[in-house]
Amino acid sequence: MNSRIPAPIARQPWEMLIPLFLLVVFGAVVLYSAAGGHFQPFASSHLLRFAVFFVMALVIASLPRSTIEWGAYPAYGGVLLLLLAVEIVGAVKGGSQRWLEAGPIRIQPSELMKPMLVLALAKFFAGLPSGMVGSWRSLVPPGVLIMLPIILVLMQPDLGTSMAIVFGGAVVMFLAGLPLWWFLTAGGVGIAAAPLVYFFALHDYQRARVLTFLDPENDPLGTGYHITQSKIAIGSGGLFGKGFNEGTQSHLNYLPEAHTDFIFSTMAEEWGLIGGIFVLVMYGLILGWGMKVARSAQDRFSSLLAAGATATIFFYIAVNLLMVMGMMPAKGMPLPWMSHGGSSMMTNMICIGMLMMINRWNRHRRGIAS
Amino acid sequence: MARRPKRPAPPISQSILEGRYERRSVVIGGLGAGIGVLLAARMGYIAIAENEKYETESESNRVNLSLIPPRRGWILDRNGAPLASNRADFRVDIIPERMPDADKTLEQLGTLLSLDRAKIQDLKDKVATSRGFQPLEVATGLNYEQFAAISVRVPEMPGVIPQRGFSRFYPTGPSVGHLIGYVGPASAEEYEKDRNPLLVTPGYKIGKDGLEKQFEQELRGTPGARRVEVTASGRIVRDLDTREDVQGQAVKLTIDGPLQDYAARRIGLESGSVVVMDCETGDLLCMASMPSFDPNSFSDGIGRVEYAMLRDDDRVPLRNKVLKGLYPPGSTVKPMVSMALLEAGIDPEQTVSCGGGLRVGNRVFGCWNRGGHGSVNMAKAIYQSCDVYFYAMAQRVGMDPIAAMARRCGMGQEFPLPVVSQFYGTVPDPAWKMRKYNQPWAVFDTVNATIGQGYMLSNPLQLAVMAARIATGQQVMPRLLGSAKKPIFDAFGFPAEQKQFIRQAMSDVVNGPGTAGRGRLPFDDIKIAGKTGTAQVVSLSISDGRSGPWKYRDHGLFIFFAPFDKPKYAGAVVIEHGGGSGAAYPIARDVTTFLFDPAKGLEALYALESQWGGTAQQRLARKYAQYAADAGELAEAAPIRETEIFDRVDAEARIEAARPAVQASDAAVNRSRNVDSVITGATE
Repeated sequence: MNSRIPAPIARQPWEMLIPLFLLVVFGAVVLYSAAGGHFQPFASSHLLRFAVFFVMALVIASLPRSTIEWGAYPAYGGVLLLLLAVEIVGAVKGGSQRWLEAGPIRIQPSELMKPMLVLALAKFFAGLPSGMVGSWRSLVPPGVLIMLPIILVLMQPDLGTSMAIVFGGAVVMFLAGLPLWWFLTAGGVGIAAAPLVYFFALHDYQRARVLTFLDPENDPLGTGYHITQSKIAIGSGGLFGKGFNEGTQSHLNYLPEAHTDFIFSTMAEEWGLIGGIFVLVMYGLILGWGMKVARSAQDRFSSLLAAGATATIFFYIAVNLLMVMGMMPAKGMPLPWMSHGGSSMMTNMICIGMLMMINRWNRHRRGIAS
Repeated sequence: MARRPKRPAPPISQSILEGRYERRSVVIGGLGAGIGVLLAARMGYIAIAENEKYETESESNRVNLSLIPPRRGWILDRNGAPLASNRADFRVDIIPERMPDADKTLEQLGTLLSLDRAKIQDLKDKVATSRGFQPLEVATGLNYEQFAAISVRVPEMPGVIPQRGFSRFYPTGPSVGHLIGYVGPASAEEYEKDRNPLLVTPGYKIGKDGLEKQFEQELRGTPGARRVEVTASGRIVRDLDTREDVQGQAVKLTIDGPLQDYAARRIGLESGSVVVMDCETGDLLCMASMPSFDPNSFSDGIGRVEYAMLRDDDRVPLRNKVLKGLYPPGSTVKPMVSMALLEAGIDPEQTVSCGGGLRVGNRVFGCWNRGGHGSVNMAKAIYQSCDVYFYAMAQRVGMDPIAAMARRCGMGQEFPLPVVSQFYGTVPDPAWKMRKYNQPWAVFDTVNATIGQGYMLSNPLQLAVMAARIATGQQVMPRLLGSAKKPIFDAFGFPAEQKQFIRQAMSDVVNGPGTAGRGRLPFDDIKIAGKTGTAQVVSLSISDGRSGPWKYRDHGLFIFFAPFDKPKYAGAVVIEHGGGSGAAYPIARDVTTFLFDPAKGLEALYALESQWGGTAQQRLARKYAQYAADAGELAEAAPIRETEIFDRVDAEARIEAARPAVQASDAAVNRSRNVDSVITGATE
């Protein structure tokens, strides 16, 4: 590193931070346009939230390993209690809800659960003797850890978040070295059970989403409307887009949720394929850095935690983008660092904070070793 | 990597797990990168390969194209004055299929426009029965405040379409109802026949009857279009561009607007029709049929109550009597029969003794004059309308020459006119009777036919054509479309003295010792010639034809031409159940008077109208108000008549035109506030 740059700054993982800052600023630019050419109400709060959560990420990054390892289960348990509280409050108030309100702050515990589950699983597998991998001891406790929050989240009901939780947990278990045929069997059973789930477990509106995904033109003004309009926005942007603040799909309200779930379509309409490639490359850089951190982690706990955190971020991005491009059923899934909204920003910044933390540990170890 | 369950697994060590982590993280990273590539490819496909498609869809989202109904072409009279024109107005339509809660929206509209209950109920009924895509008219002729009040509430009332448009306006209302027809929104059937999107554009109306229907394509014009940028909820952000509509072509008729109005009003309380034509060109100057409907009401979307009033009227105001009224021509055929007799070689001076009746077979056919006419030659037979003379003479020549002459004179003929339909009646002859009833012709059939009774039926237009052909001795063809070209008609080939003879005899009907002495024109130098006719409706055993129930009274008929020695105009008047020709020829007299001296004609009309209680339009409006009141409903106001350019086709316009030029030019300045088009052509 260049000696003229102070060490605490030079030490930061700029290969990830620069793409992250660019994305957040670009997100603010798109939100500025989505608000009709105004900072208020989206772009300003977006930047403010990022600033707050970035500080939080820096705090997480500075946590010592012992604290994290000690706090993994209590944190998981705490969030599980919060999920339970959501159910209780919902039952008392009547009608389901996903939020807990404490003064001006609204917390969505299911969002917090994503990194906490990864953390708890990493802790569990780190403590599991290697000889027991492949036995019931490596399956049942993690299974319980995953199922408890899933049940609570499904009761909300929030299929998207529960799938995100399952995804994060599954990636950690996969990387923990559980036998491959377990996953293949689970996958096979999952495919076989899909029709049953479709007909018996899904709500009507969820079934409608699946049907609409299979044939969006079938219902162009109903549930297919979202995806159709999103594709129109992306497709009409072309290579270079319609120009900043020139998006008609978003400005004339044809695009629903133009500032949250469909922020990518709003961006693509105005910035075109070029903008889309830029965003994909930025995500690629961030996730690639995450995987690099995971692979260079020196021990089981940190490598599993880093991979799980990266997978959690990846799941948001992949599902959101597949959805807005019409390759997945519409579901409420924001795009990290671009969509307007606090909960996902918090989850993703917790993951970034943990990755930065592990990155620090890695460097520390290497520093000691070399 | 797959585990083989059959073999005992090697103990799993830390290094095996690290190896698995290495490999599996590569796999996961690879899958992630694969999804990234997939996303990039997908986006490239949507944005580049399908760019054109989505750009079009984005434009069609953003841009709302609405058709501007074209202004309908005017229908002009022979002098270029509008019989049907357009009036600018504010209007509101609804499209039922775009209304989520039609009842609520209608109530809201009712409050905003202060519509009465009956009108709201009317609309609800229509919404319930309509095909959703067809626009329904809620109100026209709104003032600006009402229009604005609705316009600002459009986002909360989907399916409601306020717009500035034009509505059809017929200045003389009922006078031209049957002739011009009316316009209305296209029905589902009409839309199925002609899949023109214009037909379901709110505010657009197509011709439903009469000339409006006949000349639909000419009058229609080309719609304009307005491109606006709209939000998803339909709020208009801004206008992009507008293409003006092209007004439909004007249709110029041979009709003389003021004369048409005069004749219609002169019919007064009677039910009947007046046809006047120009003998030299065949131009139809007037085809009035009364009582009539006000085409303005129809074009504004006629209400239930008003329609019921028209439908229930026993004087059938919904039928065009000029073309679809068939009557026994009665004695009006006698000049025609006389020509047939002359052509067959009968000497006009040969006499028949009329003792009030003639025995034919075992039945006695009476003369209208039971006292008898004494010795009757042909001239007297015409002007005194002696039946016995014709009974006797017709038997000598037989039916065939008479039927042939009737056809040459236009009886039973369908004329090549641009009308929706015409009933052309019957000229009976032996072949016809055999065909129709499979019975041989009998002598009494001839006897009946020669006095225009029995099977013989004709419409008033045919009677007018007959008058014109007798007057000129030429095959005058009626025409309705204005043309500067003077047609050349085939001559009948009558010797001049025969033509002269008939003219003189018909003049004597009015000016001599004839049956229509009160039909004389109030001029010294212009004389009218004519022939009266009375057509029995029921047998004498039921009614004497002059008094008693209205529908048992005889029809009164009169055919005429003027001036008698140099015929210029010819026509026919038929008054249904008028109780005899005395109901008909005074009308012919006044109409002809108006042709030569409008002031004198109007003087006579005013005297009558003051007894009748106003003009036809005023009486119709009052009648409707009364009818509606009886039905317990509130009558809507009649369309406001704007005294501008439109006043050029009523009877009074003729007088206006006769005033000094200075005054006329003042009037022209006042009239320059015309609504939607510049009329070419002189005022009068």
